[in-house]
Amino acid sequence: MSVHTETLGSQSTFPVPTEPRPEHPPEVPLAIHDLTVAYNRKPVLWDIELNIPEGKLVGIVGPNGAGKSTLLKACLDLIPKTSGWAHVYGKPYRKARHLVAYVPQRESVDWDFPVSALDVVTMGAYRRIGWFKRVSKKETERAREALDQVGIAHLADRQISQLSGGQQQRVFLARALMQDAELYLMDEPFAAVDAATEEAIVQLLKDLSAKGKTCLVVHHDLATVTTYFDWLVLLNMRVVADGPAEETFTRENLQKTYGGKLNLLEKAAEALRHSIE
Amino acid sequence: MNWTSFDTWTVVIGALCAVACALPGCFLVLRKMSMMGDAISHAVLPGLAIAYLITDTRASVPMFIGAALAGVLTALFTQWISRFGNVDRGAAMGIVFTTLFAIGLILIRQAADHVDLDPGCVLYGAIELTPLDIVSFAGLDIPRAALVNGGALLTNLLIIIIFFKEFRLGSFDPAMADTLGFSSKFLHYLLMTMVAVTTVAAFESVGSIIVIAMLIVPPATALLLTHKLSTMLIIAVVTALASAILGHLSALILPPLIGFETTTTSGMIAFAAGVIFTLAWLFSPGEGIVLKKWRRRSVLVEPVHDSGEY
Repeated sequence: MSVHTETLGSQSTFPVPTEPRPEHPPEVPLAIHDLTVAYNRKPVLWDIELNIPEGKLVGIVGPNGAGKSTLLKACLDLIPKTSGWAHVYGKPYRKARHLVAYVPQRESVDWDFPVSALDVVTMGAYRRIGWFKRVSKKETERAREALDQVGIAHLADRQISQLSGGQQQRVFLARALMQDAELYLMDEPFAAVDAATEEAIVQLLKDLSAKGKTCLVVHHDLATVTTYFDWLVLLNMRVVADGPAEETFTRENLQKTYGGKLNLLEKAAEALRHSIE
Repeated sequence: MNWTSFDTWTVVIGALCAVACALPGCFLVLRKMSMMGDAISHAVLPGLAIAYLITDTRASVPMFIGAALAGVLTALFTQWISRFGNVDRGAAMGIVFTTLFAIGLILIRQAADHVDLDPGCVLYGAIELTPLDIVSFAGLDIPRAALVNGGALLTNLLIIIIFFKEFRLGSFDPAMADTLGFSSKFLHYLLMTMVAVTTVAAFESVGSIIVIAMLIVPPATALLLTHKLSTMLIIAVVTALASAILGHLSALILPPLIGFETTTTSGMIAFAAGVIFTLAWLFSPGEGIVLKKWRRRSVLVEPVHDSGEY
């Protein structure tokens, strides 16, 4: 219960003239205010306050059940918010769909579904195409290019169950590229992929970032956090800490995030040593 | 065998039912909610009964509305019970459709004195009798069942052609559909309405049990034979057609061969669909177990080629 109440308390004891928090913050890619999400009256996310700066590669890190996926889904209006809001470039999500691309967890869909890799990537263009209209040749061409960008152009016509886990993940990323968004929300894109795919994803993230796009990535592997991301959100039901990766990835913050989970803490310490070396 | 125009109409009506069911059935199978067809086909019964009790006629329109509403309510109640009761969707479905079906039976029982719906017809339909009920349409004398099922088929075909892209997205990745602004809820209830209306249309001809075979078996067969959604729909339609024709033929031919008097066509249509499914399961080029075994054997026989170039 500490971090936020403390901040509030310290503000009241030191009446330093600070600028009042604007109701609508400057139009950052993602601004979240007072966000609380509950399943069956059990809070999963509590009073989330975040401003994600433009063009950053942002890692969202926290233990299992910390609400990382829930945070992305709440921003995308996929689950109802109990309170608060999440704005994309100053607008609620339903008015900013064209600015956001989502890469869900790979297990969230049935990979035996009778569609080809190209079909799935084309889905990224459906919002542009709109209701009822057919997929144009131009969009199919773009989908092929997107597949090429993730290095699996030769697998375009494969049925998706015949792809490896890493290739399936690349299909999802190509679909997100197809959306041509400004903000990319990715739920564990690195989960259970081969080394080559991991490298390809990192390269893709860097390319997106170089173009000024913002990526929010739910991530599990503490050892790679500081190498992959330049901004961090440490999450465990609340935002424990957020800011530039180097400053935020501290032993103290990790301890707060992972709590009494000693085993994990040791791993974190090891990861920390890694990143310092 | 003595083929009459009755037989022709029976086959036509069976085929129209089977194809009309196979189209939405493909999406039921793909969404892993095949049993929703079962639930809806049973739950339309109270809708039919209530529509009858209110209007006191067997006119199609009120019956359709009553049954379609009952069908959509099944989907809605299932959703609510699984969400607020914290039970899985299968259990919720089991609660909803058995309750609704029971209410339907009670209502029919109450009105049994003056209703010609009997439990046998409810379960298996009476496709052999449907050619007797003739209406005139565009100057032609057509059995009412052919008209009703033809209408259902056309409606389903149109909806699937119009919403093909949306159904593909909504069935494969409903969350993605929602984020892109294609309401997965709307698509879900559109499909449920299609299933409900189709089931009602087919109800008189094939009842509430055989219709499940028509919803599920041709799509399941098609899924064994292709990896493409559009091809799957086409194969499901062809399988449905073939099972209707083979079903009626075998209903005429088979019983004398094994010493029975007659059998029902609707049952034989379901049986024929089952046989076609079994054949696809055994011999499909991709998934068929016979070819898989064969391939495995030939791999064992020719290990020498493994290092060679292909």
